[in-house]
Amino acid sequence: MTMQPASTEIASRTAAIIHELKGLEGPLLPILHGIQEEFGYVPQDALPVIAEALNISRAEVHGVVTFYHDYRSQPAGRHVLKLCQAEACQSMGSDAIAAKLKSLLGIGFHETTRDGSVTLEPVYCLGLCACSPSAMLDDEVIGRLDDEKLNEIVAEVRS
Amino acid sequence: MIPRIYIPGDSGALALGAEKVAKAVRAELAERGIEAKIVRNGSRGAYFLEPMVEVATANGRVAYGPVKPSDVKSLFDCGFLTGGHHKRWLGAPDKIPFLARQTRLTFARCGVTDPLSLDHYKAHGGLKGLQNAVAMTPAEVVKQVTESGLRGRGGAGFPTGIKWKTVLDTSADRKYIVCNADEGDSGTFADRMIMEGDPFVLIEGMAIAGIATGATKGFIYIRSEYPHAVAVMQKAVEIARKAGVLGVNVLGSANSFDMEVRVGAGAYVCGEETALLDSLEGKRGQVRAKPPLPAHKGLFGKPTVINNVISLASVPVIMDKGAAFYKDFGMGRSRGTIPIQIAGNVKYPGLYEAAFGMTLGEIVDDIGGGTATGRPVKAVQVGGPLGAYFPRALFDTPFDYEAFAAKDGLIGHAGIVVFDDSADMLKQARFAMEFCAIESCGKCTPCRIGSTRGVEVLDRLSQNVEPEKQIALVTDLCNTMKFGSLCALGGFTPYPVMSALNHFPDDFRPTPVAEAAE
Repeated sequence: MTMQPASTEIASRTAAIIHELKGLEGPLLPILHGIQEEFGYVPQDALPVIAEALNISRAEVHGVVTFYHDYRSQPAGRHVLKLCQAEACQSMGSDAIAAKLKSLLGIGFHETTRDGSVTLEPVYCLGLCACSPSAMLDDEVIGRLDDEKLNEIVAEVRS
Repeated sequence: MIPRIYIPGDSGALALGAEKVAKAVRAELAERGIEAKIVRNGSRGAYFLEPMVEVATANGRVAYGPVKPSDVKSLFDCGFLTGGHHKRWLGAPDKIPFLARQTRLTFARCGVTDPLSLDHYKAHGGLKGLQNAVAMTPAEVVKQVTESGLRGRGGAGFPTGIKWKTVLDTSADRKYIVCNADEGDSGTFADRMIMEGDPFVLIEGMAIAGIATGATKGFIYIRSEYPHAVAVMQKAVEIARKAGVLGVNVLGSANSFDMEVRVGAGAYVCGEETALLDSLEGKRGQVRAKPPLPAHKGLFGKPTVINNVISLASVPVIMDKGAAFYKDFGMGRSRGTIPIQIAGNVKYPGLYEAAFGMTLGEIVDDIGGGTATGRPVKAVQVGGPLGAYFPRALFDTPFDYEAFAAKDGLIGHAGIVVFDDSADMLKQARFAMEFCAIESCGKCTPCRIGSTRGVEVLDRLSQNVEPEKQIALVTDLCNTMKFGSLCALGGFTPYPVMSALNHFPDDFRPTPVAEAAE
């Protein structure tokens, strides 16, 4: 199990991130990105701290956090695998790739393996449409996915 | 002279193994005790040849590709540092037919130069446009851009100069230039390529926009799915600031302009300009009703130019070579060049910059070489997830804003996704509705509810439940979405749905034979 920090610790680390970014014009998204980078997700306990610092309601912060696909309410697995499911990849068989990957990992989209090794997510375009089907494992881009590459990915996330 | 080896650092090339090739080249250099400089250039856009490695020789550059890490040793054995022959030898890169036939104005440097070398940028004609702009009055700059005929390359095709003029003519204590780099359309990667391969051209374009309109601050809003582009742009902005291209005295002039890179958070709808502005302000990325136009009340309520990456990146060449030069390319009211992105199931995928006016058939068959699978082309989707599916029967349509509109389609951001005959167009239509449902910002009802109802209706159709009724219903629903939605997400989702239905009616009538076989 991933250890989650205590609420007082979340509050103090959140305050430090806010302090650093508050001077930006429109600082909320950069702050949320900073928090997600710090904790791996956006903890509930961070929201009131942000709301107070930016002088907006907690509901507004909640509204923003839940609007964007990127912000997580829970920590992800050690790796995040994003598999492109948009049209260019569809034209090259991304449906079959997704089905295969789900069965290899034993999870569906938006799920994390029980050992916490990997979270699988669909993504709608990585801009790698000239080498479809494509994926992104953490920050590493992978094009022209085939069975061999899928097996390599699975081996890598499990190692 | 120390040999120079170019190995692309472009995401597309990395996805095909460029990093492993670079590692192998470094190892081989070390083992052989050869000193060489490795430049991580952008991609020239011929992705079927990536990773394409180039070497600078006495007779110019020589390309090799697609290079696998296992090829590296034999490349050295064949003397590739002096252009020696090898099975991956391609010769001079600008003589490769896919590249030689292009008209590279916006992408002139992409894949050629070191993306983060300002000296390289200047040596290849960079900053001339900005130098000309600082010597002119704002109105003169706007006039040049207007006369060039440049229209918004993000998809809407609105004349860039008119937008700039509106901002110039609106007085305010603060104005903004916002670059829309939220390139979410499937089949498009031109923005990514230019940001990774020639970031200074975008910075230069934004600085010119600032000078032309009196804006002093710029934002580049890049989608989070592009971490490499974000990293390159951030570095490039810092370099430009240190060199005085950005700052209180742009190129030593009295003009002040600076910019920041901002990262999106995975919402497709933020590619819509007003949703992007709300997102930059730190709000939910919901679409605003227009008017007021962003040019009057945009970011933080101030007059704002919001342009696509390619629109802004096309400005430096216009300011360098003049409006007439740029306007000379193209057809009808579509002037200049457009970077066409050929993607999906296609033999020769890549970016192809050309003057407007080529036919869809030329692009798909001649340049793209047909499908990668070797099967017949069934449909091409032009303009991303909100673009229409075109059948072969419409392959004579010239690539031009008006010509596509006349065929109930759109150019959009000029991405073309090719499908072979295994594509199920009912499934593609359903996906268009599903995608709209996932990405709808929720502000207007036709988009928010219509997309979900659309998925349900198409599901009933695929189960053959009263098919005629479902077709009538989805047609009516598309009509409501098209005319009742607040922005292009709900308003254009009917394009892929209705074009699939109209051009491929057989796919919308499940055959009883297939059912009996199960």
